[in-house]
Amino acid sequence: MDALAHQFDDLDQQHEAASLGMWVFLATEIMFFGALFLGYAIYRGMYPAAFAAASHHLDIVLGTTNTALLLCSSLTMALAVHATQLGTRKAATIFLILTILLGSAFLGIKGVEYFHKYEERLIPGSNFYFEGADGRHTQIFFSFYFVMTGMHALHMIIGVGLLSIMILMTSRGRFSPDHYSPVEMSGLYWHFVDIVWVFLFPLLYLVDRSGGFK
Amino acid sequence: MTGHVVRPKTYYSVFSGLLVLLVATVGVAYLHLGELNIVAAMSIAVIKAVLIILYFMHVRYSPRLIWLFVGAGFFWLGIMFALTFSDYLTRASAG
Repeated sequence: MDALAHQFDDLDQQHEAASLGMWVFLATEIMFFGALFLGYAIYRGMYPAAFAAASHHLDIVLGTTNTALLLCSSLTMALAVHATQLGTRKAATIFLILTILLGSAFLGIKGVEYFHKYEERLIPGSNFYFEGADGRHTQIFFSFYFVMTGMHALHMIIGVGLLSIMILMTSRGRFSPDHYSPVEMSGLYWHFVDIVWVFLFPLLYLVDRSGGFK
Repeated sequence: MTGHVVRPKTYYSVFSGLLVLLVATVGVAYLHLGELNIVAAMSIAVIKAVLIILYFMHVRYSPRLIWLFVGAGFFWLGIMFALTFSDYLTRASAG
């Protein structure tokens, strides 16, 4: 198969065009998540005590574990791209599978956390119940929690799907040291989703853990 | 071969750095720093994001045009935050 599409001068130009296109897409993703972060920041500024009280109901051990899992998955993703660049198919497949496993473990833990919130009646809606003065405002925190982590989890699920396709294409020998852009672009997407979590984790789980407010 | 091939050693170093920063961000959260808690948390998050972007996402080894597009994405995010907070943070009843 010819790695170079006819509209490009050379492989470098083709690769740069792919990266550029991916970054334009990621810029729209920055704005998408950015709006959620902005809304969160405004309401946290309005109701700092309620946000602190609500944040204490998140499991910091599970949150930290999940952050570590995602950072590990970013490493295996980077190594998968590296293996594909060198043309070592077997290593690339193993690293891609590891990345999917780590991502799935993250999603599993997220599911456990969601279930705990369901049991504690902390899912916003008619069944929501929060002990304390700021019950209504803590519901705003949990609305942001579920929308932001939910959108993040959806991106992870899409990422797992993308990587599955990459494994299939790798096994069919579709990539070579001259042509590995799809794996690298999937990697950019995966790392971006990791970055979103890098900000979500301290903002949602670590609000006022030292008890400075009150 | 197209593109820049980063040595795995670099990836391992960046990964170790990210784990250290994760421990740091959890640890700092338990210190009584008042308003500085959020500043510390966000500073660490920004450093982690920059490490991921520069090394895992290969931006450090990418052409200037890629730098420009990455920068533009975050620059526009900055505009959105700056303009919105120039309103919310200057309201008389803010707090």
